[in-house]
Amino acid sequence: MTRPSWRHPAREALCRLIVLGLAAVLAALLALPLLSLLVRVPIATLLAEVGEPPVREALWLSLRTSLAATALAALLGLPMAHLLATRRFPGKAALEVLLDLPLVLPPTVAGFALLMAFGRAGLVGRALSVMGISLPFTTAGAVLAQLFMSVPLFIVAARAGLTAVSSRYLDAAATLRASRAYTFWRVRLPLALPNIVAGLGLCWARALGEFGATITFAGNLAGRTRTMPLAVYLELQQNLGAAATLSLLLVIMASVLLVAMRQAGLGLFAPLHAARRAD
Amino acid sequence: MRRSAPRGLLFPFVLLVAAAPLAGQQTLTVFAAASLTEAFSALGARFEAEHPGTAVRFNFAGSQILVTQIEQGARADVFASADQRWMRYAADRGLLVGGAAVFARNRLVVLIPRSNPGRVQRLQDLGRPGVKVVLAGRQVPAGGYSREALRRLGEAPGFPADFDVRVQANLVSEEENVRAVAAKVQLAEADAGIVYRTDVTRDVASGVLQLEIPDPYGPIAEYPVAAVVDGQVELARTFIDLVLSPSGQAVLAERGFMAAGGTTPR
Repeated sequence: MTRPSWRHPAREALCRLIVLGLAAVLAALLALPLLSLLVRVPIATLLAEVGEPPVREALWLSLRTSLAATALAALLGLPMAHLLATRRFPGKAALEVLLDLPLVLPPTVAGFALLMAFGRAGLVGRALSVMGISLPFTTAGAVLAQLFMSVPLFIVAARAGLTAVSSRYLDAAATLRASRAYTFWRVRLPLALPNIVAGLGLCWARALGEFGATITFAGNLAGRTRTMPLAVYLELQQNLGAAATLSLLLVIMASVLLVAMRQAGLGLFAPLHAARRAD
Repeated sequence: MRRSAPRGLLFPFVLLVAAAPLAGQQTLTVFAAASLTEAFSALGARFEAEHPGTAVRFNFAGSQILVTQIEQGARADVFASADQRWMRYAADRGLLVGGAAVFARNRLVVLIPRSNPGRVQRLQDLGRPGVKVVLAGRQVPAGGYSREALRRLGEAPGFPADFDVRVQANLVSEEENVRAVAAKVQLAEADAGIVYRTDVTRDVASGVLQLEIPDPYGPIAEYPVAAVVDGQVELARTFIDLVLSPSGQAVLAERGFMAAGGTTPR
């Protein structure tokens, strides 16, 4: 307000132009590769490849493993999210850092760390292998790699939802002498459900796209650990049609998920907005 | 001399931005099979010493990945493949200048963790149910040679005719290059893997046992090298000359490679 020069019409127009221009550059940067994928794969190729064993196997394996990882994330992640949302305890900050770490860690590092822990010669893996349990090179190992990389997304969203439930409802439940468990299941959880569902969606998408930790920890074998991202990488070396088909399928699955979440009012950052709106 | 006081401040920056043309610096980019990592790094150092002002940069990966990258426009001057198949593939697509020259050969060994969790004592054990075998992928040169060896061993006395089928049933992972196979054995995650003899570097050797694949069942890997079409062809040829020269061949022999047309150094 004290700088009239900034309010000069020509200057303002220029600023707007620059902002629009840069935004357009970014939009093009993101859209072009995805569109090219669509344009460069003839529909005939797509239809032919979808039925082929490499694509079918990878698709089926990816669906199974990513859904298993998401289910495990819900089972193990919900108590953690509840704890973080409702309690204060020593070491909470450290726990939060631990839970955020997989989001920023290179997946290959995660895979190597998983090997060091759960590999046959690993800290825990040694004991597991005595019990006849082996994770590397197994489908269970692929699920574990996906869980490791994707569960933080679920916890972030679920926790935000649980935190955002207004204390008025909880107090009301308490004055009606509802037990803690009853309050959780009948009040807090239903109110946080949209965020929890959004978290599961994000978690699933991340698990579906997991590559580095899987190939490092679980290996790469058709039907067992070769999920769609691994199959894309492999087919790039032998069959570009199959690679493109798998890529396109992954783009479609992710897009459908994001659009569906939006339609349900659960955009990618809905959990955070919801948390802010709540108070 | 004219570049005195005020511009002197700028000079380091200019040098940084335009290092290559200013100082007569040039960079040779070599795409080489993963199994050549140590040998070619040594050759690169020698080349840099013999050609001051030239830096050699390497991209080591499975030959099949290198070809894909060159095909998609990656800038390379030299391509060294671990088999003829991918060199032919590159030639067929017009990615090379002139012919390819074979500069080294290699042999396969079966690698086993020293702790030998799969109790693999002889080659036949690779087919025993439950043994975890890791191979390079089908498209990887080492993966092709490995499968060829397993097929040939099916004809060897003392081996079941379906030996390769049995071993393939034990396959737990197909790696993207031969060094990844060695790593899985080194970590004792795999019970056995097939790699080149030269992959058993000093670092690897301390943690593993080896089984030789006897003649005539072990295929001999052939390494061809060629200049890449859009690269600096003259510079590339100078490097290839070094690789083929007696001193270059000595570097390769030191690391266990066999001479291109020669015999096995035992």
